[in-house]
Amino acid sequence: MGIGLIAGLQQELAVVLIVIVLLFIKLGSDRYRTETILGLVNVLLGINLAAGLMMAPTQTVLFGGGFHTNELIILEKNIFNLGTLLISLQAYDWLKGHKLALEFYMLLLSTLAGLFFMISAGNLLMFYLGLEMSTIPLAALSNFDLEKRQSSEAAVKFIMSSAFSSALLLFGISLLYGATGTLDLGTLAASDDNLPLRMAGILGSTGAHALLVFAFVLLLSGFAFKISVVPFHLWTADVYEGSPVPVTAYLSVISKGAVFFAFIQVLYTTFRPLARDWYNMLVLLAVLTMLTGNLFALRQDKLKRLLAFSSIAQVGFILVGMTGSPTTANASVIYFILVYLFSNLGAFGVVAVVSAMTGKEGIDDYKGLYKTNPFLSWVMAISLFSLAGIPPTAGFFGKFFLLMSGAGRGNYVFISMAALNMVISLYYYLRVIKAIFMDANDHPIGRLKISLLPAIALMVCVAGVLLTGLLGWVYDYIYSLSANF
Amino acid sequence: MANYNYIAWIPLLPLAGFVLLGLFGRRRFRGFSGILGTGLILAAALLSLYAAWQYFGAGAGAAGVTAGGSAYKPILAMKFTWLSFSPGLSIDMSVLLDPISVMMIVVVSLVSLMVHIFSLGYMKGEERFGTYYAFLSLFSFSMLGLVLSGNIFQLFIFWELVGCSSFLLIGYYYDRPSAVAASKKAFIVTRFADLGFLIGILILSFYGETLDFGTLIHRLTTPSPQFLSITSASFLGFSLLSWGLTLVFIGGAGKSAMFPLHVWLPDAMEGPTPVSALIHAATMVVAGVYLVARLFPVFSLSDPPALGVVAYVGAFSALIAAIMACTQTDIKRVLAYSTMSQIGYMMFALGVSKYGGEGGLGYMASMFHLFTHAGFKALLFLCAGVIIHRVHSNEMNAMGGLRRQLPLTHICCLIACLAISGIPPFSGFFSKEEILLAAWQSNKLIYGVGLFTSGLTAYYMFRLYFSIFWRGPHGVRQAAGDPGAGDAHGSTPVSMNLPLVVLALGALLAGLIPFSHFVTSDGEPIDTHTPLSFSIAPVALALAGIGLAAWLYGTMSDRPRRLASAIGGLYRLVYHTFYIDEIYAFITKKILFNLVGRPAAWIDRNIVDGLMNGLASFTAWISALIKGMQSGKMQDYALYFFTGIAGLAVLFIYIWKN
Repeated sequence: MGIGLIAGLQQELAVVLIVIVLLFIKLGSDRYRTETILGLVNVLLGINLAAGLMMAPTQTVLFGGGFHTNELIILEKNIFNLGTLLISLQAYDWLKGHKLALEFYMLLLSTLAGLFFMISAGNLLMFYLGLEMSTIPLAALSNFDLEKRQSSEAAVKFIMSSAFSSALLLFGISLLYGATGTLDLGTLAASDDNLPLRMAGILGSTGAHALLVFAFVLLLSGFAFKISVVPFHLWTADVYEGSPVPVTAYLSVISKGAVFFAFIQVLYTTFRPLARDWYNMLVLLAVLTMLTGNLFALRQDKLKRLLAFSSIAQVGFILVGMTGSPTTANASVIYFILVYLFSNLGAFGVVAVVSAMTGKEGIDDYKGLYKTNPFLSWVMAISLFSLAGIPPTAGFFGKFFLLMSGAGRGNYVFISMAALNMVISLYYYLRVIKAIFMDANDHPIGRLKISLLPAIALMVCVAGVLLTGLLGWVYDYIYSLSANF
Repeated sequence: MANYNYIAWIPLLPLAGFVLLGLFGRRRFRGFSGILGTGLILAAALLSLYAAWQYFGAGAGAAGVTAGGSAYKPILAMKFTWLSFSPGLSIDMSVLLDPISVMMIVVVSLVSLMVHIFSLGYMKGEERFGTYYAFLSLFSFSMLGLVLSGNIFQLFIFWELVGCSSFLLIGYYYDRPSAVAASKKAFIVTRFADLGFLIGILILSFYGETLDFGTLIHRLTTPSPQFLSITSASFLGFSLLSWGLTLVFIGGAGKSAMFPLHVWLPDAMEGPTPVSALIHAATMVVAGVYLVARLFPVFSLSDPPALGVVAYVGAFSALIAAIMACTQTDIKRVLAYSTMSQIGYMMFALGVSKYGGEGGLGYMASMFHLFTHAGFKALLFLCAGVIIHRVHSNEMNAMGGLRRQLPLTHICCLIACLAISGIPPFSGFFSKEEILLAAWQSNKLIYGVGLFTSGLTAYYMFRLYFSIFWRGPHGVRQAAGDPGAGDAHGSTPVSMNLPLVVLALGALLAGLIPFSHFVTSDGEPIDTHTPLSFSIAPVALALAGIGLAAWLYGTMSDRPRRLASAIGGLYRLVYHTFYIDEIYAFITKKILFNLVGRPAAWIDRNIVDGLMNGLASFTAWISALIKGMQSGKMQDYALYFFTGIAGLAVLFIYIWKN
């Protein structure tokens, strides 16, 4: 048991271990310069990523079914380890001048550990715990621009919105528990056909269906809140705008991606009997989300807010992929999240560098950036091309697989809507690129000296954007794992 | 089986060069970029030679060359799935080694190496030196990838990459309007042909149900279900197999500048001269020949009429290009038309060939001519480069008497001219004799055209040679007035002379290679028997052509002018290259623009744009309308949140029931 425990929990333990190390450093932190600490943390995160990548694929179930892991889940966690490392590297310039850099990492890594437990959750209680464990530190992180009022506002809005969604999520969970007497996802899944039947004994078949649908809608709203699906998305723009850029990046990529992974597992196992209902729900929400995200993004003048709404639109696309058949849906979503991680972190990385050095975040401020900062401009352009889904960037392949997966159901009106939305999104992405490369500006952002660590992170992002699509085995590998839920 | 894993490095090394030079060539590697590019292509060339040694050496060692059953088998050196869309449809990347692809990597990498070295001197001091080498590397990568492609879709990708890098190189002097126009013309004309190619690929692969060359050829040459379906389906009276092959050939004809798609090639001479040597003489333009050779079994065994098209188009192009070359005065344009003419030879040699055994002489001769032509034509272009470098003009009328100033170039150029004219023992003699023999054995008309053209070839090549190197003191004065031109040979750098010497040795000796033992239509070595008497007619005709050129252009005289005015109208017709460009201009400007372009533009401006603008303003309107939703107030957000849940619940429990 002891060895099995350590082997199965390896990735979680590694993250927690780093938090503990940081705690000890904190006790004597007066003695170290912030730069030294930042360097150490980044090395630790790098080791963490490497250890995760070298981990032997194991199939483990722990805590009486409360926690499970397998090769696919290990891969998902590795993706997040990579994302966290990239964000940490990009945050270097901002944290260098921050007096609470260590606390930033403790909170960030607690969040990550929470997400890991959530993805691995074997029952709804563990899922809920993981979710909360990730949410509360994130609220504190949103407040990390201590002098800015907007940052505090973001934190308050985030924690209050989370409270609604948690309450409703718990309500949904308790309805399910009340009806079936179990919280275990495996049992819920195994009782696929029994679940409505058992409830039908109590409520009559119509009533049982209604109860199940209602419980599902409540659970769905919990997920939808986290991944900013319309109409549960309203907190997103305010929180994204107010939070420090690295936190925004983390929110938009990692916390969202993790919830997607948990969501897709629940959809295709526990709620498979409701597939016909949730298919229609997802179609409806996907269309709403894409349209709303795009229409709002069109009007934004601040880059962070634009990226916030664009990330909402991207969520709509991921929902399109989710409606396909289980394996292709799973594979296309995981692949897209990997691609999205590189593209979005590339874009946010540039914003983070520019914002940390100049404080400028408006699209107009970026006019003429190419003249002074060609490297940053190219990173931004490649990332935005990938977000817009233009070949040969990985974003194209990601969107392609999502749409192919969605098209598997033969609902072509829906797929056409998604394709149309890709066209709309092109407008605002290209607007930024036009500002950077073509518009003249009398007072462009000056030549920025980029530190080594953020530069490495940006190059990794660009390499990821360019290579993930062209290397066919990436998708093949993900696809080969995707049948295991 | 021997290990060929290293083959992938042959195209990848130039690709690395392109990436490095493209990223850093302008600043960091500026002075160093030429050496870097050259070093990488040198490594690729050495690997290619090793591959050839290993491939042909192993084949010979295994069973002996002359013994039966020692065919060189195609080897799939490596293969991986690049994109898998579904179990039935995936796009692979593979490396195919067979006699022609091995020969081509040697030719491409060696000529590219020579051009890289030559450019070190020729392009020295150019402002965009690094960019130039980046483009050269991109081209080398694309061309090597093209010849090694193991499936037809991969070949198409590299085919387009080759077109793209050719476009970049022709338009290298982008501040010259003529260069820009030429690059656009080359791109559009070849693109037009590529459309045919793409449709051809789609037809063949759809019915063949595979993209892989080996499988495709096997299925389309044996009575397989795929073969029956493609031959029984027909369109406008021809089977789809004929359509597919003819369309593929149109693609090849565009790239190889066959009549009537040749109009881009003379204009493409606006690019730097070494580029013309590499792309528009030795490598890219033979891609069409290579393509036909690649699918040769299908052409030959399954659809001889399509092969007939290849033969007649090739013969006609050879003849008409040779006639046009006789009147041009721009040195590079003469060479361009001569290239077109020689490629015509290769095409009709394929066209008259049969599959397997001695009947496959034409195939072997075509590949042999491709091989020798690459060497001596690159040499001719590089000589032209040296001359242009010295005289600062492309006009032959501005030259003359250069043999004393450029003795080495003079010798090299003479060797190349003798080789292209088919004078023994230079390399062109051997390959051309075999082409003519193959034509003689199968089609007397084409043989006649080929024979006459070979006389013309000798004439226009020596017209060029005498105009430049002999003919009076005109050029000497010109060059003496040029302050940069010192005495004799001092100002031509070694980097420019070395490739000339290497290629000249090639032109001297390449004909002695027993080519038929290596490259044949079915991989079985054959022995060629060219009777000595057969060579009399072509060689005599070539000597007559040389004599005529010497008489007209050997010394300053007004003989050429008198001759030109004697045949007046005909001369002008040829001089203006049969007004083919003007005909194209008429068709596009007057007919296409008025009948198709203008109405389409009107529809685009008023209906499509109108629709789009309407859509855009509608989107903006909606966007403004829902702006209120994002009020920033928490209580509103909570309201939407709960409304959303209630709405979904009501909708799915009571209304949208399943």
